[in-house]
Amino acid sequence: MQVGRVVVCYASTRMAATAFPTMSTHATTRIVGAPVPRKEGVEKLLGVARYVDDIEREGLWHGATVRSTVPRALIRSVRFDRSIDWSEFVIVTAADIHGENHIPLIFTDQPCLADGKVNHCDEAILLLAHPDKHKVRQAVNAVQIEYDLLPTVFTIEESEQQETIVWGKDNLIKSFLLQKGDVDAAWAGAASIVEGEYRTGAQEHLYIENNGIIAEYSEESGLTVWGSLQCPFYVHRALLAVFNLPAEKVRVLQTETGGAFGGKEDYPSTLASHAALLAMKSAHPVKMVYDRVEDLAATTKRHPSRVRHRTALDENGKLLAMDIELATDGGAYSTLSSTVLSRATLHSPGPYSCPNVRVSSSSWATNTVPYGAFRGFGAPQAIFAIERHMDEIAAAIGMDPVELRRRNFLHQGDTTATEQLMREPVLLDTLLERALSESDYYAKRERFAFENPSSPVKRGMGIAAFYHGSGFTGSGEPYLNSLAGIDVTPDDKVRVLASSTEFGQGTNTVLTQIAAEAIGLDYADVQMAPADTGIVPNSGPTVASRTAMVVGKLVERASLQLVSSLKEHAGLETHFSRADFFEACRRYRTTKGEVVSLCRYEAPPGISWDDEKYKGEAYPAYAWSVQVAQVAVDTVTYSAEVEEFWAVQEAGRVINPVLAGGQIEGGVAQGIGYALYEKVILQNGRMVNNQMTNYIMPTAEDVPPIHVYFEEIPFQHGGYGAKGIGELPHDGPAPAILNAIKDATGVSFTSIPLLPEDLHAALCSRESVEEPTTA
Amino acid sequence: MSASDITIQFDVNGETRAVHAPPMKRLLDVLREDLGLTGTKEGCGEGECGSCSIRMNGELVNSCLVPVLQADGATVETVEGLAKNGALSPLQQAFLQCGGAQCGICTPGMLMAATHLLARNPHPNIAEIREGLAGNLCRCTGFMRIFESVILAAVDSRTDQVSSGSPDAR
Repeated sequence: MQVGRVVVCYASTRMAATAFPTMSTHATTRIVGAPVPRKEGVEKLLGVARYVDDIEREGLWHGATVRSTVPRALIRSVRFDRSIDWSEFVIVTAADIHGENHIPLIFTDQPCLADGKVNHCDEAILLLAHPDKHKVRQAVNAVQIEYDLLPTVFTIEESEQQETIVWGKDNLIKSFLLQKGDVDAAWAGAASIVEGEYRTGAQEHLYIENNGIIAEYSEESGLTVWGSLQCPFYVHRALLAVFNLPAEKVRVLQTETGGAFGGKEDYPSTLASHAALLAMKSAHPVKMVYDRVEDLAATTKRHPSRVRHRTALDENGKLLAMDIELATDGGAYSTLSSTVLSRATLHSPGPYSCPNVRVSSSSWATNTVPYGAFRGFGAPQAIFAIERHMDEIAAAIGMDPVELRRRNFLHQGDTTATEQLMREPVLLDTLLERALSESDYYAKRERFAFENPSSPVKRGMGIAAFYHGSGFTGSGEPYLNSLAGIDVTPDDKVRVLASSTEFGQGTNTVLTQIAAEAIGLDYADVQMAPADTGIVPNSGPTVASRTAMVVGKLVERASLQLVSSLKEHAGLETHFSRADFFEACRRYRTTKGEVVSLCRYEAPPGISWDDEKYKGEAYPAYAWSVQVAQVAVDTVTYSAEVEEFWAVQEAGRVINPVLAGGQIEGGVAQGIGYALYEKVILQNGRMVNNQMTNYIMPTAEDVPPIHVYFEEIPFQHGGYGAKGIGELPHDGPAPAILNAIKDATGVSFTSIPLLPEDLHAALCSRESVEEPTTA
Repeated sequence: MSASDITIQFDVNGETRAVHAPPMKRLLDVLREDLGLTGTKEGCGEGECGSCSIRMNGELVNSCLVPVLQADGATVETVEGLAKNGALSPLQQAFLQCGGAQCGICTPGMLMAATHLLARNPHPNIAEIREGLAGNLCRCTGFMRIFESVILAAVDSRTDQVSSGSPDAR
């Protein structure tokens, strides 16, 4: 935010609500809901959009990172090979850090550069810069580090045994206990009790653009950083700490960002600090762009998980009690593990009504690269477990898995495990019926059951039902206290002012659609102000499916405020043309000053959350979905292929149907990869398949036809009725696919990724058991 | 520039260009660094992701795997050559309309792969589209809207052919 800018027509939610009629989310709209083209689409299609590696600076040097080759050790010595003329290089170590040697996030345990000790492979130890990109990369191998090795921990099981302590006093990064009713009292009266254990592996974001930053330093301007990133103010905050600079001496600008998926939520703070350290010491702009091998080895991934369910049911298949024990592997430093665990905890009971629920969750430290944010943020792990478990329950009690879900769905008026009252309509039954009919679920199941015995290809249908909480958890949104709005420049540019960034998901398009709609201008009249901490206010991080809902609402309110203010102070008539609007802006500018309207977040009324007891309104709103997978398992090749996929969801008002559909399809494809393709292979806590050659994502030949359907219930506290959509589609594919594989083969698989070798092992062992009886 | 550099001349998007570069320098880097054509992207550096796809002598290649000396005398087409006088090509227009680009980093390579496909097969079926784009990874879209974009561009070209080929269409 520029200091000294005049804020006009600022009003709180309550003032705005009373002074001006709030936009009815049912109203007919011109631009919201229309498939307007992506705002920055033309630049991307022409190849002229500027990503960080496309940017040159005068006198640019290149940076590189010397990393640990061992998982946990004391650093005994650092030696520089004499074959290299080190006087050409700038070398940065922890001793060069003027401020705090940590990357501030939730805790402050992660050093910016290792200082005498490393806790995972590929931890940054020292930094090099040189004018020649190739020389600096070669020089990395000419730095030899000797270590005194320390005992290590690599799995949840090793960590929770607490025999070797590698983090804090007890390896425990965070734990939660969520309780509703009395779980222990429920077992005695149960008609059946079903137990299960489910596991998920790490997943790499595999954004196609690797992490990259350019940093520049001068005495007058301080630090300026450009980069591929999601959260400019997270990076800003980290640089303030590492460099001990005042806020106005640090400026962060997002460049066009080639995919993120959560992978550029926290890591850019580390990389920006590294590039800035080299820039300050070398007195040159420094570019650090990782190659794929380094990006895969050194940056965050999705948390691996282990979830245990014990569930009591009555004789009608109604849930009586859910006892859930959830554990995640946090890696060597805490990063965002505590909030990922929180979201996993809150999504672990699924979209079901149950009077007695206990979730005991914990995140454990290991000597692997820290795990971090990834689309879904703990929910895909939790939903994999509950939605696989529902099918296991159905099999155990002899009930159709669809019917079991239907009997237990949450409805309006029910309460969740945190005793949050479902005030808004819950459309799960509608979504389910649509998913069943569009996929022809029952007819196909019947046909496959008939065909499978005589075919080497076994087909099956699987289902998953789930919600995804939109926005930050619990007290998160009030804590963020986001500020966003619009301004009108003297050359008649209407700009959305927000730190919300575009990385493919459609921020630019959706927020400008909302502003244009609310003001009454054309879509082409509204632009995004640059994502530059020197220009835009802090509208919070671009994460948690919060942009369209939370920031969109702020932009909507600010736009309406602006129009009201122009009517009150600059003679704008009730019905106005585009020319009238800009004329009124000019009058306003002459008499009152800059034309700016900002709004600050205020929680919807009646929201309360108890962080201690984990009770209350866990999320301001929920998006709901039912997904169906049709899968074919080839018992000759042991490959499992998703043949067709249906995704039905209610995520509030759809602001842009093309972009919303793209979010669902992309999330489903990423979820298919999570289930069947993507395996992070760790040895000594180090990813050893850190190439696109051997970390496999679904290609154009692997992704099946994906059918997408929306039901819309506008959410009055979201931008033009929007709720969160970005993460939702990734939550369901893995359980839906494994449920379909069970339907096809009769074998229950309980962990992902499920690769052909896993299918081979399980199906072969079953055949060897079955053969004597069939012979 | 060093003594081992060689001079390479080739045609890029219809213009003759000459560069002095080490013979084994990747064509990707020559395009980006020597010619300022940064539309072509690097995603993996090992020919897996297709972000650096260009056409060379009418073939689709990963420019990260081509040493520049192989391009001597070649005809090279990159994303920057698709639009004519600033106007999007029908394929680019279809990507814009259908939502074929999200983050945009795979888009230049995807457009070149689709251009190559349509040049050899103006009306591909869905299986041919999938095969034609199988070397280009997109992590955002799940490919559905990319397929739609290619289909729309192919349909448009058929419409164009019909209207320009038939006097009655006037």
